[in-house]
Amino acid sequence: MLDKRMTPAEIVAQLKDGMTLGIGGWGPRRKPMALVREILRSDLKDLTVVAYGGADVGMLCAAGKVKKLVFAFVSLDAIPLEPWFRKSREAGQIEVMELDEGMFQWGLKAAAFGLPFLPTRVGLGTDLADLGGLKHVQSPYDDGEVLIAMPALKLDAALLHVNRSDWRGNVQLFGPDAYYDEWFAKAAVKTYLSCEELVDRMEDHYPDTAQANVFERCFVSGVTHIPCGAHPGSMPPAYGWDMKAFKAYTDAAKDPGDWNAVKDRFVGADEAAYLESVGGKEAVAALPLPVF
Amino acid sequence: MSEVTLAELCIFAASEAFRGNGEVVATGVGPVPRLGASLAKLTHTPELMMTDGEAYLVEQPVPLGPRGDYQPKFAGHLPFSRFFDSAVWSGRRHAMVTPTQIDRFGQINLSQLGGTHQQPKTQMLGVRGFPGNTIYHPNSFFFPSHTPRVFVAGEVDMVSGVGYNPAKRVPGGNYSAVDLRVIVTNLCVMDFGGTDNAVRVVSLHPGVTFEQVQEATGFALERGALTETSLPGAEELAIIARLDPHNIRASVIKDNPPARPGQA
Repeated sequence: MLDKRMTPAEIVAQLKDGMTLGIGGWGPRRKPMALVREILRSDLKDLTVVAYGGADVGMLCAAGKVKKLVFAFVSLDAIPLEPWFRKSREAGQIEVMELDEGMFQWGLKAAAFGLPFLPTRVGLGTDLADLGGLKHVQSPYDDGEVLIAMPALKLDAALLHVNRSDWRGNVQLFGPDAYYDEWFAKAAVKTYLSCEELVDRMEDHYPDTAQANVFERCFVSGVTHIPCGAHPGSMPPAYGWDMKAFKAYTDAAKDPGDWNAVKDRFVGADEAAYLESVGGKEAVAALPLPVF
Repeated sequence: MSEVTLAELCIFAASEAFRGNGEVVATGVGPVPRLGASLAKLTHTPELMMTDGEAYLVEQPVPLGPRGDYQPKFAGHLPFSRFFDSAVWSGRRHAMVTPTQIDRFGQINLSQLGGTHQQPKTQMLGVRGFPGNTIYHPNSFFFPSHTPRVFVAGEVDMVSGVGYNPAKRVPGGNYSAVDLRVIVTNLCVMDFGGTDNAVRVVSLHPGVTFEQVQEATGFALERGALTETSLPGAEELAIIARLDPHNIRASVIKDNPPARPGQA
């Protein structure tokens, strides 16, 4: 079907308990937070989440949606330690597979190419192999080098937030860095996008920026239009992260420290109510881009 | 001119770690390492490559903190989406970072403290890029507070970065690029030039003794030349001040002491 438009609820309805779910972006940047909030409003559970983690991981952990987490870090950058992720880990509530940032993208690439693994030196000499059950492989050539076989990170579904898409899933990604969104899309059986801007036919509107088409529409199964969909995270060049919101979220992990008591504040009854509660589109659009 | 601070001395020492490194990406994570790498590029090693802290390559190091009217000038692009291909896995990088723990083998930990992997007592960031950084390119370290909690006895709680521990080396693996260079702390400068890559004190900051450093370290240290760590000159101090207009460096070491004790 060429028209891939769906509602956020329809996207979440495609996800099943126990699925392995990749989430694009990086820390507090370019995260499909509105789709994550839609999951938090649903009964979905027992997920294996694969992410360069930020508040997406923290919220899903806090809400008890995560059975297993595949991660290299979970951080809000300006608030280095993600408070709700930390709480879940220190309570021993989730299984984990901890990976190096580079191994992680290598595992996505293995999945994208349909390979069982890709070899790498990364992880040798550390605790990662023993803790993660990673196996070794020996080069069959004369060098005989022993490497770690990074297993494919196969995703049942991936969620991404992009700057622009048409209803066929022709995307355009902007900002200084698209991170590994391309490889999440290619590693997944189905990829669902939220976008800041939805157009009917990309070629009629933005043909001059076709180089921003970081991955092709054959990797896109569903598209939904959610302006401000990365809030409280950043979505360059449109808006920066919301430090006030991140602080409130971080404080709530200490007091009251109970997700159910604060969930309404950070998730909202629906996306319109959520956006309203953080000041609306104008307030999000005015959030300055972070300085590093 | 006000007295040179210990943080400025550390920045100067950090810059020396990057001397003559060639066309590699110099990454300093945190104010002192970043100012050190920037100072190196602006003085003795202009061939260093550097980012704006995010995704663009700059030839003029970007000052720390809010930028006012200052606009970074981008000379190239090095996003995370290309970072492993271009910088890390090609070995074209030297990073200076601050792990939570380091042990006598140079093994580092940024992931968790205490407990088990299933249930750590304290969860920190995760291993981030340390496993790849340490097996592929040179690394140096900066610690603003030299204590036995950082320089631990035994081994780190979780080995997030490769060191020189023979017991950790899977036979047949290629460890030829493991290259731990310099450790700068609030007390001294050390390297891995001791017996079998043991940690060795190279220079002591003014007023610090070897015994003091040993006391603050959870494992036995070797004695190097034990010279006095050099202070930055007027030129270096001016560059540091320009790169750190908000004086963020003053908040790095407790009480922001002077480089020479008793000369506050």
